[in-house]
Formats: sequence, C-alpha cells, structure tokens
Amino acid sequence: MLKIKDLHASIEGKEILRGINLQVNPGEVHAIMGPNGSGKSTLASVLAGREEYEISGGSVDFDGKDLLDLAPEERAAEGIFLAFQYPVEIPGVTTINFLKTAVNEMRKYRGEDPLDAAQFLRMVREKAKLVKMNDSLLKRSLNEGFSGGEKKRNEIFQMAVLEPKLAILDETDSGLDIDALRIVAEGVNSLRSPEKATIVVTHYQRLLDYIVPDFVHVLYKGRIVKSGTKELAMELEEKGYDWIKAEVELV
Amino acid sequence: MVDLKEKLVADFRSREAAMNGEAQSPLHQTRQKALARFEELGFPTPRNEEWKYSNVRNLTNQDFDFGGTHAITVEDIEKFKIPNLSGNILYFINGKYEAGLSTIVSPASQVSIRPLREALATQPELVSTYFGNLADTQDEAFTALNAAFAGDGVFIHVPKGKVVEESIVLYFINDARSANVGAQPRNLFVIEQNAQVQLTETFLTLGESSAFTNAVTEIHVAQDAHVQYYKVQNDSDATYHVGTTEVRMADNSHFYAATVSLNGGFIRNNLNIALDGEHCDAHMYGLYFPDGKQHIDNHTVADHRKPNSESNELYKGVLRGQSTGVFNGKIFVREDAQKTNAFQSCKNVVLSPQATMNTKPQLEIWADDVKCSHGTTTGQLDDEALFYLRSRGISKPEAMSLLMFAFCEDVITQIKIEPIRAYLEEIIAKKLA
Ligand SMILES: Nc1ncnc2c1ncn2[C@@H]1O[C@H](COP(=O)(O)OP(=O)(O)OP(=O)(O)O)[C@@H](O)[C@H]1O
Ligand SMILES: [Mg+2]
Repeated sequence: MLKIKDLHASIEGKEILRGINLQVNPGEVHAIMGPNGSGKSTLASVLAGREEYEISGGSVDFDGKDLLDLAPEERAAEGIFLAFQYPVEIPGVTTINFLKTAVNEMRKYRGEDPLDAAQFLRMVREKAKLVKMNDSLLKRSLNEGFSGGEKKRNEIFQMAVLEPKLAILDETDSGLDIDALRIVAEGVNSLRSPEKATIVVTHYQRLLDYIVPDFVHVLYKGRIVKSGTKELAMELEEKGYDWIKAEVELV
Repeated sequence: MVDLKEKLVADFRSREAAMNGEAQSPLHQTRQKALARFEELGFPTPRNEEWKYSNVRNLTNQDFDFGGTHAITVEDIEKFKIPNLSGNILYFINGKYEAGLSTIVSPASQVSIRPLREALATQPELVSTYFGNLADTQDEAFTALNAAFAGDGVFIHVPKGKVVEESIVLYFINDARSANVGAQPRNLFVIEQNAQVQLTETFLTLGESSAFTNAVTEIHVAQDAHVQYYKVQNDSDATYHVGTTEVRMADNSHFYAATVSLNGGFIRNNLNIALDGEHCDAHMYGLYFPDGKQHIDNHTVADHRKPNSESNELYKGVLRGQSTGVFNGKIFVREDAQKTNAFQSCKNVVLSPQATMNTKPQLEIWADDVKCSHGTTTGQLDDEALFYLRSRGISKPEAMSLLMFAFCEDVITQIKIEPIRAYLEEIIAKKLA
C-alpha cells in the first residue's frame, strides 16, 4: 500500500528526514516511536503533503501512485488521513460545515454524487456515537476553544467520517484521559479492516495496549534505526532510548 | 479635459438664475456659503493628510450629468434589488426621488418619511432645527459641495417614543447606461427620545458609464434612542462614491452602524460619530472587498465628549488584484469623557502581492481614566489552517474561500436584517469563490 524509499526532506535548509525506508501493507498497524525532535511529525506531514518541506530525495508510492506528485487534497481523496499532533483552530468555520465540504469534495474527486443533508447528518450522527463525540462540539467553530482532549477526539471523529485507507495518527494519545484513550482506541480498532492500514506515532506503550501494532519502528535523527514487533515498544518503555542511541553511534 | 470644479460652480450659477423665490430662502443662503467654501477649498489632493492615499484626480477631470433623466423601469429594479426585503422602500434614481417606484408602509404616527425638498417646504422649522448642524462644510470640500446643492435626499423623523416596526431602506441608483451621471443625496434622520428605527442606504449602479455619488447623511440620535444604520455599496467599477455620515448621540442612546462595500471603483466613506452624551454605546462594523483596480477608503471617528460611554469598532477587508484599501480610525476622548471605553480593530487579508492596505489608527486622549485599545493586522490567510482543510480533501480554492468567508463572518453576523444578511452572504460567497 505505502512504500517509502530513501526519503529525504528538509526545511529552511535543515535536513530533517535523512533516508526513510518503510513499507506498510493493507491490514497492518505500524507504530513509530522515537525521541522528541527525531522527525516523526515531519514524516507524517510530508506524507500528508505539507508544502513547506522540501523533498530532497527518495520516493513514496501509495497504491501505485507517486504520492509526492499529489496535492494534499488529492492525497486525502486517495485515502490518506493525518490526525494532527496539534489540530488547528479555525474560527468561523463550524466542524459540521467543514466536514460536509470535505466529504463532498472527496466524493466529487472520486466521481460520486454528493450526499444530501439528510444522508450526511445520519452518517455523522452514527460516527459521532462511535467515538462518543459530543454533538454540541459539531456546531462550534472547528477546534476553537476545544480542550486538548476534545481536539484529539475531533481528529478521530473526522477519521471515522472520512474512512481513509491509511490513517496516520500523530500522538493522538497525548492529552487524552484514560477513558478518552480507550474510546479513541476503540474507535480506531473498529475502523480497522484487511484493506486498511494505520500508522500510530506515539511515545507511550499505553496506547499500544489498545491498538496492538504489527510492527514498531524507532525513528532517530531522521532515520528508522530499529524495527521490531510490539515487544520492542515494551523494551523502550522499560529502557528508554539511550541504548538505541548508543547502538546508532557505534555504527 | 473637464474641470469638474468649474463645471459645478457654473451649474450652481445657472440653477440659481432659474430660481425665483427660493433664491432668497435661508436654505439657499446656506447653499451659497457652502459653494463659496467649496470654491476656496477645491477638491482635496493627496497633500491633504486626510486624503493622502485617496486621490480624486481621475474624478475631478470628468464630467457628470447631475440629476439628469433616466430610463429605469420596474423590471430593471426587480433584477437587482435585495430579495425578500420588505418595509419602507424608497428609490432615488440619479439622486431624484421616485415616488412611483417607492412604497411607504409605516403609519405616519410612527415615522415621517419625506423627500428632503418636500420636508423643507412643509416642515421648515423642524428641518432647519437640525439641518446642517453636524455636517462640516468648513473643512470638508465634498460636504461643502453637497451642501451647495442640497435638495435631493430624504428627511426621516421618528417622534418621541415611537418604534418603527418596518425597516426603512433607501436605494440610491445611478443609471449610467447612456451617460456619465452624478448624484448628491442629502439625508437627515432625526430620531427622537426613546425611539427606535432601522435604516439602510444602498448604493447601486446600472450601466458602464462613469458615475459619481457625493452623499451626506446627518443622524441625530436623541436620548435613549436605538438606531441601526446599514450602508451597502454594490456599485460598478466606474463609480466614484464619496459618502459622509455624521452622527450625534445623546445620553443613553445606542447607535449601531455596518458599512459593507461589495463593489465600487473608488469609495471613500466617512463615518463620524459624536458620543455627546453619557452612557451611550456606538458600534461600527465594516467589511470591504476591493479587487482589480478598485480603491476603498474608510475613515471613521468616534468622538467621546462625555463620560461613561463606549465605542466599539471592527473593520475587515479582503483585498485582491491591484486594489488598495485605506482604514483611518480616529478615537478622540475629550477631557470631560472620563470612564470612556473605546475599542478599535481593523483586520485585513491581502491575497495578491499587488494589493495594498494602508491602516492608520489615531488616538487622541485628553482624559486620564479611560480604557482604549486598538489594533490592526494585515496578512495572508493562515497557512496552517489552509493545510489542515486541504488535508481533509478540500481543494485549495475551496479552502481559501471557506477561510475568507469565516474571516468575514463576525461582521456579517452583525447585520440584523435577515434579507440583507442573506443578500450579502450570497454576494460575498460568490466573490470569494
Ligand atoms: N518549520 C520548521 N523550521 C525549522 N525546523 C523545524 C520546522 N519544523 C520542524 N523542525 C525541526 O525538525 C525536527 C523534527 O521535528 P518533528 O516535529 O518532526 O519531531 P517529532 O519527532 O515529531 O518530535 P515530538 O516527539 O516532539 O513531536 C525538530 O528539530 C524541529 O525543530
Ligand atoms: Mg511530533
């Protein structure tokens, strides 16, 4: 589904991603961990199409398409979804109106008819229930004045509505209370299917108890320096990153 | 090349020669004085600080037919009037009141609505008590010019304690289909103690020839009165609009203004509010969308003369093409005006590198116990927000228009007359698409 080969990306002349290789197949869950500033959000943003980054080398293939050639909105319509580490507040645009526009723009891209108001509302209600998203939040301006946890839940709610093929969750667990964490994880799990894949960026083993990964990767200084299975996450929780950093310095 | 000033002076003389009794009337003496002042002042140039960014040279070398005939039909009006807007609707075509097109529905006991000329003849004492008291013919050339020709326009009087249930909408339409046309409407609104009214001035143009409107409106807001005043401008690109609204507020009165400039070649709006009473509140909202080579200039004044009043101002603009925008907001807090609250904000989104916005807040405060704040921002759309929307599958143009509409939203929601708000929303959505 997703094939990242030797991906290099920089911003303001500073190389942040320094040769990423990663393959994600349908049905898989990949966890990406790594110290602060190692480039996890950068990788997520580059995949979603943030234009500030300069791609200085490598390739990204998504279902046979050259992802790096597509605009952010085209990537979204092709099935990529990024749950932001820091969701943006947009005053004056209500969550519900924004989502309606998003759903129908994507349908247009795929050559489908737009949903009418009733169909859309039915679908939204169902998805809101799935992630226990409070109805009153939908009528408010997008993320404006939302609590940290409400913002994260709104991201997962949007994911549920947009039904992506590949969801990239960037620290969706941070800022969530224990109950919210479980609800969000259940939401993610209920959307899992053999055709879909998820990349979970996280610092904590806790989330991975709920969303069990098939693979765990450690990103450090712009490279994936170690990959393993869910046991690797437990080892990291226990030992921290120093031993990995030491291994890298040795090489 | 025409010299508009000379032409106007000559116009004045020939009109005067055609008058009989009126030439001796007190009003005409006022006109003569105003003309003399206009002759001295001449049209402002950019050397005049108040006109630094708004050059009227291209206006003053054109000719205009003032108060000329027109060929507007009911069908023409149907096409561009504000849908579903009912109430007292008055039409002024090329400045002249058109009784045949207009409808007045409010009972005379609630409000008296009369063409100014008629009111001058039938209620001379009432009119002369207020007429010309607020308009500054001494320093403002355009106001002096308007005063020199005063006659067209409307006199609206809401007696003490009356609530005008139906809103009052004035359409000023220039029919520029066959020639350059000019109009100088002069309005006088007297809202007595504890009265309430909604007033709208709408400016529209038909046709491609050049048009010039030089409007002056004086609004007297008596004690405890509530006034909403909307100005909607949707003129052609070949239109020059200079409009001055002078407001005086007495104790405990409320005045609420929204100025929306959808289109127009050259627009200069002056909105001057004297908070001449205690416990008044004045609100000024503005929205402007210059594009192409358009120029939109808003000058506002909140003049706090008495203690314990509040003014609150928010102007917003979206600039495109090679357009220019100007915002000059003055706040005066006089020595007596202790405990004044005055807030001002002007925010702009400049979407093209060739467009420019000039903002100038000007605060002059002589009292010591006041709360004042002002701020202006001029920038582009928020990249983070744009990326967020696009990452959800919303195309760049659609995302931009969502953000721009959202940017305007807090001013649009200030329009309390539903059909006007719907009309503006539709035009703005199209503009921003
Ligand atoms: N716009 C920018 N300008 C300059 N440097 C940037 C910019 N964006 C990111 N960086 C730098 O790139 C590096 C990687 O940042 P990134 O946000 O990808 O880290 P991360 O792995 O997600 O960290 P965290 O765990 O703290 O979220 C950091 O050193 C950061 O300062
Ligand atoms: Mg990060």
